Amino acid sequence: MRMDLIQPFINAADAVLAQGLHSPTSVANLSMEEEAYRRKGVAALILVTGDIEGRIVIDLDPATAVRVAHGFAGTELPESDELVRETVCELANQVIGNAVTTLNDQGFNFRVHPPVLHTSEHGPKSSEDTEALVICFETDMGNVFLNIALRHNCSKPSEHAATVG
Amino acid sequence: MDQFVAVKRSKDGQPVRYLVVDDSVFARKNLARMIETFGGQVAGEAGDGVTAISEYQRLKPDIVLMDITMPQMEGIEAAEKIVQQNPDARIVMVSSVGYQENIVAALQRGARHFVQKPVKPEVLYEVIKYVMGEDGTAAQAAGAGA
Repeated sequence: MRMDLIQPFINAADAVLAQGLHSPTSVANLSMEEEAYRRKGVAALILVTGDIEGRIVIDLDPATAVRVAHGFAGTELPESDELVRETVCELANQVIGNAVTTLNDQGFNFRVHPPVLHTSEHGPKSSEDTEALVICFETDMGNVFLNIALRHNCSKPSEHAATVG
Repeated sequence: MDQFVAVKRSKDGQPVRYLVVDDSVFARKNLARMIETFGGQVAGEAGDGVTAISEYQRLKPDIVLMDITMPQMEGIEAAEKIVQQNPDARIVMVSSVGYQENIVAALQRGARHFVQKPVKPEVLYEVIKYVMGEDGTAAQAAGAGA
């Protein structure tokens, strides 16, 4: 897997989490995943097509999502399933949007699809040319998992649009 | 969250009225909390571009905070339509996608400014003061902290 594609996502996640939670984050673990993706909690999946294609999953257990929501809001919020879902999707939006900005500025043209909640227990298995990299970010609010499976698509013509809110 | 010196409307000293447009309820609530710390008032909210246009016509807010990627109609298109009908509309785009093409497209279609998510309250506060210009005044309210 090309690290130049991955690094912007790691940097974006680190920056978004650190700023939103007002505390430093660290990469606790980084591993390649060859088996099918196994959901850890509440997950948002974002598909990428174009010069770069694949998918990114952001995954938090529900209790962590509630704490992250409180951290981002700077205040206590009434707990609900909707709050958890909203938090995970907005976190995905911000991380992917910031990474997209960096990659676009590097000349990559691609389309980022809006986040969808990933509700099944398992996801697609990694392929030979699209291995999944799993990064665990340790924060004061709990662990946040980023699962990235991307590849540089040399054959596809550019789609010059990036759509994350 | 920090408290800022309240930004009021120069003409009547009333709080600046905001329309907050984002398909994420979580993002809208976060922006609403920041607006409170600026001494502003959320006049309305919308979750898509089409609703944003109708809510603008109904509420005539002083400032619109507009996300870009939304269902039905995206923020840049909604901003363009609002400005076509209301040339004085003050629209600030708020998006996580901050590459230059996006910013230029938004400004060319009538947005006044662009703020990248995650939004830093101090950055948004300065943008609000800039966009309000002479129509806004930052005045220390009795009892408000700096």
